[in-house]
Amino acid sequence: MAQPIIQADKLTKRFGDFVATDAITFDVARGEIFGFLGANGAGKTTAMRMLCGLSTPSSGHAQVAGFDVATHPEDVKQNIGYMSQKFSLYENLTVAENITFFGGIYGLRNPVLREKREQLLTRLGLHDVAGKHVGSLPLGWKQKLAFSVAILHDPKIVFLDEPTGGVDPFTRRQFWDLLYHAAAQGITVFVTTHYMDEAEYCNRVSIMVDGRLAALDTPRRLKELYGAASMDDVFYTLARGAQRGE
Amino acid sequence: MLFFLLQKEFKQIFRNRTILAVVLVMPLIQLIVLPLAADYEVKNINLCIVDNDRSPEAQRLAQQLTASGYFRLTGYTASYRDAQALLEADRADVVLTIPPHFGRALVRDGQQTLSLAVNAINGVKAGLGAAYITTILQTYNNAIRVQWIQPGRFPAAPIVKVAPVYWYNPFLNYRVFMVPGILAVLVTMIGGFLSALNIVQEKEVGTIEQINVSPIKKHYFILGKLLPFWVLGNVVFTLGLLVARVVYGIVPMGSIPLLYGFVTLYLLAILGLGLLISTYCETQQQAMLITFFFMMIFILLGGLFTPLDSMPTWARAVAYASPVTHLIAVMRMIILKGSTAQDVLPAAAIVATFALILNVWAIVNYRKTS
Repeated sequence: MAQPIIQADKLTKRFGDFVATDAITFDVARGEIFGFLGANGAGKTTAMRMLCGLSTPSSGHAQVAGFDVATHPEDVKQNIGYMSQKFSLYENLTVAENITFFGGIYGLRNPVLREKREQLLTRLGLHDVAGKHVGSLPLGWKQKLAFSVAILHDPKIVFLDEPTGGVDPFTRRQFWDLLYHAAAQGITVFVTTHYMDEAEYCNRVSIMVDGRLAALDTPRRLKELYGAASMDDVFYTLARGAQRGE
Repeated sequence: MLFFLLQKEFKQIFRNRTILAVVLVMPLIQLIVLPLAADYEVKNINLCIVDNDRSPEAQRLAQQLTASGYFRLTGYTASYRDAQALLEADRADVVLTIPPHFGRALVRDGQQTLSLAVNAINGVKAGLGAAYITTILQTYNNAIRVQWIQPGRFPAAPIVKVAPVYWYNPFLNYRVFMVPGILAVLVTMIGGFLSALNIVQEKEVGTIEQINVSPIKKHYFILGKLLPFWVLGNVVFTLGLLVARVVYGIVPMGSIPLLYGFVTLYLLAILGLGLLISTYCETQQQAMLITFFFMMIFILLGGLFTPLDSMPTWARAVAYASPVTHLIAVMRMIILKGSTAQDVLPAAAIVATFALILNVWAIVNYRKTS
């Protein structure tokens, strides 16, 4: 097996007495779609923020795309894409302007930038609304756009924090098509979700409970292990033991 | 990299009608309205005269007081009690009592005593009102002296007359003094508030997260926030200068490039303060309150309304530690006195130090990784 693209080793984040993420250890292979599950408050977002170089670990180590997140966060950032829980494109800029801006700050320059912008608009079928303010788009389109912008600079990994909250199953399916497309191009996808049907789409799934990594395997093996019919049941079995709520 | 940041900021500014309105309309309105309203000249002092004499001399005195234009006669009565009532009802600021037999005694004895009661709740109005009356009485004195005392009967009283010449503002026009100061405050307010709110707004909306997860350099990000507001600040200043010229006929005596040079430097300092506040706050409300706190102190201690020289020493120390004080002083120096680069150099050095410290502090305190 090749060198894993993400290696976390006893990665921990404490806020005062509270241990948000408690010594989690795992690897993610290149090109994998890795599902990162857990109840609200289980520590998913905190762990993901550490892996993205947004938050410094209290202890433990993590390497992302070959760089240590604690010592070289800016190198990590050059190699990843990130789509946060909160929609974070500029609503008062147009679709095309958002693409240009985010491409630009990742160092893309014309004519590559122009070409990528065209490709993206074509793939998402957004040519007609390229000149519209992002704020006026339906949520599902915004999410697809945010994802596409996050991978515009061809990162090695893309981190997605609950990317499909609040949209219908059909739109979610379309979104996952985009993820598969990205993965097929060799981009590692690291995704958190509360939808268990989405968990089934992942190559491997980890489940966090109270800041710890309670399970990690393929969806099929997890179901076998817990004698469950669906990922839903696996999640229930594990999350029921959780001590802390939201 | 910087190009994309600037492009984005300018687009966002030009799409925000509130910002545009604040930048374009506020200077016009404030410069046209404020100097007219914020005026030290006290007029319309409510005067009540208690005339216990009713002689022609007394009437002449009353007439002279009201003809001065500073007083509004709100009562002319024969009883002090009525006057007291007016004072209590806040309808009289000054009560002048003319004693009985004023006219006769004046002719007989050559001197008389009047009593003056002043409502001193508004200290400025009270002080100036009393001073005006004293001056008018002096004129009245001289007038009757000339009229009644035949020349040569007494040696003329030696009178020392002071004839002041007012430099830089020859007609003591209050607006000439206020307009540069108000312009300084305007530039400060617009620069300070816009920059303080900007980064915080990105925090609130969540877009800052997307910036922080990108490999963009911190100093580029701060610079990308600084430059657009720096340009806006200069636009506001230019508008203000035009208003000063068109509405008040104030043409800077000194060099206009020097004026811009100083304002440019100053804007870096005040924008730096705004950005620094913005790196410490999580919500626009916090940023607003903190900026407001600084603005109040800066403006009240900045020498706009009250001369620095009359402040206690500790307050003067605080005032000098505020960049606004230096801008107000330098604006008045260059616009009214025609001061040269050499004259404003000390102030420029202080403001440059502020600019450097505040901006470096803002860059250091802005963290992409928490």
